[in-house]
Amino acid sequence: MSVQFPLTNLLPNRGVAALLPGDVQVAVFRTSDDRVYALSNIDPFSRAAVMSRGIVGDRDGVPVAVSPMHKNAFDLRTGVCVDDPEVSLAVFPVRVDAGMVMVGAP
Amino acid sequence: MTRTLVIVGYGMVGHRLAQAMRDRDVHGAWRITVLAEETRPAYDRVALSSYVHTWDAGDLTLPAVVGVDLRLGEAALEIDRVKREIITSKGERVTYDALVLATGSAPFVPPVPGRELPGCFVYRTIDDLDAIREAVEAAGRTGRRAGMVLGGGLLGLEAANALRGMGLSPHVVELAPRLMPIQVDDGGAGLLRDLVQKLDLTVHTGTSAQVIERDGQRMVVKLTSGVELDVDVVVFSAGIRPRDDLARAMGLTVGQCGGVVVDEGCRTGDANVYAIGECACVAGMVYGLVAPGYAMAEVVADRLLGGTATFPGADTSTKLKLLGVDVASFGDAHATTEGALEVVFNDAVAGTYAKVVVSDDAKTLLGGILVGDASAYTMLRPLVGRAISGDPAALVAPAGTDVALGSLPDDAQVCSCNAVTKAVIKGAIAEGCADVPGLKSCTKAGTTCGSCVPMLKQLLTEAGVAQSKALCEHFDYSRAELFEIVAGSGVSTFSELITKHGRGFGCDICKPAVASILASLGTGHVLDGEQASLQDTNDHFLANLQRNGTYSVVPRIPGGEITPDKLMVIAEVARDYGLYTKITGGQRIDLFGATVDQLPHIWRRLVDAGMESGHAYGKALRTVKSCVGTTWCRYGVQDSVALAIQLELRYRGLRSPHKLKSAVSGCARECAEARGKDFGVIATEHGWNLYVGGNGGFRPRHADLLVSDVDTDTLIRLVDRFLMFYVRTADRLQRTSAWIEAMDGGLDHLRAVIVDDSLGICADLESAMHQHVGAYADEWRGVLEDPEKLARFTSFVNAPGTPDPTISFREERGQRVPVQLGIPEVVSP
Repeated sequence: MSVQFPLTNLLPNRGVAALLPGDVQVAVFRTSDDRVYALSNIDPFSRAAVMSRGIVGDRDGVPVAVSPMHKNAFDLRTGVCVDDPEVSLAVFPVRVDAGMVMVGAP
Repeated sequence: MTRTLVIVGYGMVGHRLAQAMRDRDVHGAWRITVLAEETRPAYDRVALSSYVHTWDAGDLTLPAVVGVDLRLGEAALEIDRVKREIITSKGERVTYDALVLATGSAPFVPPVPGRELPGCFVYRTIDDLDAIREAVEAAGRTGRRAGMVLGGGLLGLEAANALRGMGLSPHVVELAPRLMPIQVDDGGAGLLRDLVQKLDLTVHTGTSAQVIERDGQRMVVKLTSGVELDVDVVVFSAGIRPRDDLARAMGLTVGQCGGVVVDEGCRTGDANVYAIGECACVAGMVYGLVAPGYAMAEVVADRLLGGTATFPGADTSTKLKLLGVDVASFGDAHATTEGALEVVFNDAVAGTYAKVVVSDDAKTLLGGILVGDASAYTMLRPLVGRAISGDPAALVAPAGTDVALGSLPDDAQVCSCNAVTKAVIKGAIAEGCADVPGLKSCTKAGTTCGSCVPMLKQLLTEAGVAQSKALCEHFDYSRAELFEIVAGSGVSTFSELITKHGRGFGCDICKPAVASILASLGTGHVLDGEQASLQDTNDHFLANLQRNGTYSVVPRIPGGEITPDKLMVIAEVARDYGLYTKITGGQRIDLFGATVDQLPHIWRRLVDAGMESGHAYGKALRTVKSCVGTTWCRYGVQDSVALAIQLELRYRGLRSPHKLKSAVSGCARECAEARGKDFGVIATEHGWNLYVGGNGGFRPRHADLLVSDVDTDTLIRLVDRFLMFYVRTADRLQRTSAWIEAMDGGLDHLRAVIVDDSLGICADLESAMHQHVGAYADEWRGVLEDPEKLARFTSFVNAPGTPDPTISFREERGQRVPVQLGIPEVVSP
């Protein structure tokens, strides 16, 4: 089960939300070095589906997306919350092929 | 067992005692009753003169003390020391275990014939000022009204300033041959006289009032010098006398010049009775200043809780700003010590006078006087009684006052208002206080007059506490420095800036800050190109993120004025999209519950109806609130609505370090709450008063008066400069209030920069604002006209238009409100 969309829909340093079957929401991010990551779109602290709208950057060299709700940062590679390692987001498999971003169920 | 403390008198000193007791008496050993003669809660009498700016007594009110039986408007009439019982003016009987007299002092009115005429006042309480104001207004004749202040001391000049604030031309009459005879010498007083005369005060020294006579609606005051003054009011300000009548009636000993005699523990001859402040006489001294009173209050609090604190006598040094003129006097200012030497610098051109008094061997500082520029005071006062190295002239020579704090001994007081020594501050720094706010809260230093704040900073620096100004881990620069780099280097993108001047990829702190800087410098639409990726979610979607991931929409309603047609469009949009509707505190309409993909449709309709972005989402100018002013209000003296609209349209879209709010009130009744805003305007009969640095929020603060009675063009020019100076130099998320507080020199410095152009940057600031005003374009219109930007407003990249399944609503009070995901809904039957 996977979805795909054109990479051109994903600005560098920004995220978009994608809908997987079964109403599963995933946030797909593209960093400035052109890597693509996919995490759950639901911020575990606020329970709102907003992760894709957060700022992308780094904390001490760790690539992160920051929830726009209460500014918790999550490691894009592992989904672990940088400020609170007890909390993490589900990580989704993602790759870019022929200009298309493909996201699968975890 | 709980004992009862009764405090008689609720001025600043009585208030301080009540507060100190409640702070320290952690086990609740004392019940506290306060008998207060005035009907108002304790207020800052030292700042009494500022009351004429606002006529809002609330501004002066001291923080309420919790856990005290405060009886306002109830004075102590009789005290029975044997029964330990007080009969109050309401006929109540109150018993005590300990009694503290804090009755303060009363103005001295010299026995001038006519002193009881209507139109003659004293200057001591808020009620006195209200009465003076009423008389001034009743005088109501055309032309400039005049007043006489009898007494050219500290308080007399304060009173004269207050009269000036009420629109009178004051005459100051002083018996001594110079102004402020106690604090200042002939040289200093000469300069002081020149300076205050430039401010429309007429000074008569070496003379006194012989008789005051009624003359129709006015009065004639005949001076002993033969001069006759026609005046509308007379204010007596010829000194104060301790209010010791209760103590006398109780049979307690009073001093030669009055005042209840107390020992070094502030205890009277009766072991259960204490006296503090201006009604007390310690070691033959009656202090007419608040700092010694505070120190006495602390001594008594300590004693009542079993301590052995003593009052060591107090420094009568003073530093004030009278009518905008700095005056300071400290130590042996008049060189009364045997063999004392004086070193004087009198610069008539610059308008400054500085004198230091040193011992006969020129090795010890004894005191000094500063007029015109008292900036050296905070450094010199703690050095009194200490050895000075080198030439004493260097202490007062122009640009020679830079005495290193390191040379100060540890027991020197850095904050004289709260008696905080250098050692205490060093200790606090050693325990981890790393900034000025931290030092303020753990030592109280710098919390009263604030003049020692620069020294606190210097002590932090000397202790090696690096005051990091780095914005975040990606930039070593402060926001202000980055602003200058961007403005000066022509760098126009974040990636170029971080490559050349930072490291890493950036974060949620530096990206929005740089986005704001780029927006302030007019680099196109906030969602253009790379800039879009820097924006926080609110700026990215030009709407405010709410708790369930939906957004709120706030169209601009300049000055709060809106037509019924526009109201109908807003209502229709809200109804069609099921938006929760609420009027905001800033006179706008908030529409909640829009999803990302609905935003462009909603805004299309609002823009078509002639509305535009209200920037409720940005760190930007939000709203300029107004009352109705002269348009409808029977009290309004200027058109506050027109000015509010003009200001809001002028500054709309201005990105700033923190959100900005403003308001315009049409009269001193202040219905628009302008003093709670970053910049607020209050109409006067002659023009506008501009206030800056106010805010609501977590730490509410009233704005300070920057200039008064200016015309609209001047006002706008000053606001242009104020805002642009703030945008350029404030830290990230630093409100205007904190920005001004953190500035060396505070409000005075700000005034020097933007009113007097002391840095020569005003033309630059104004032209930057003109550029902003000229380049303004509605951000939402910009999105609606650009298909690429519009494409970002979609729920899911692979399923645009599919609603977010996590968002649902329920109904409350007839409107839709969000249901939180993961929190089961309990439906009541």
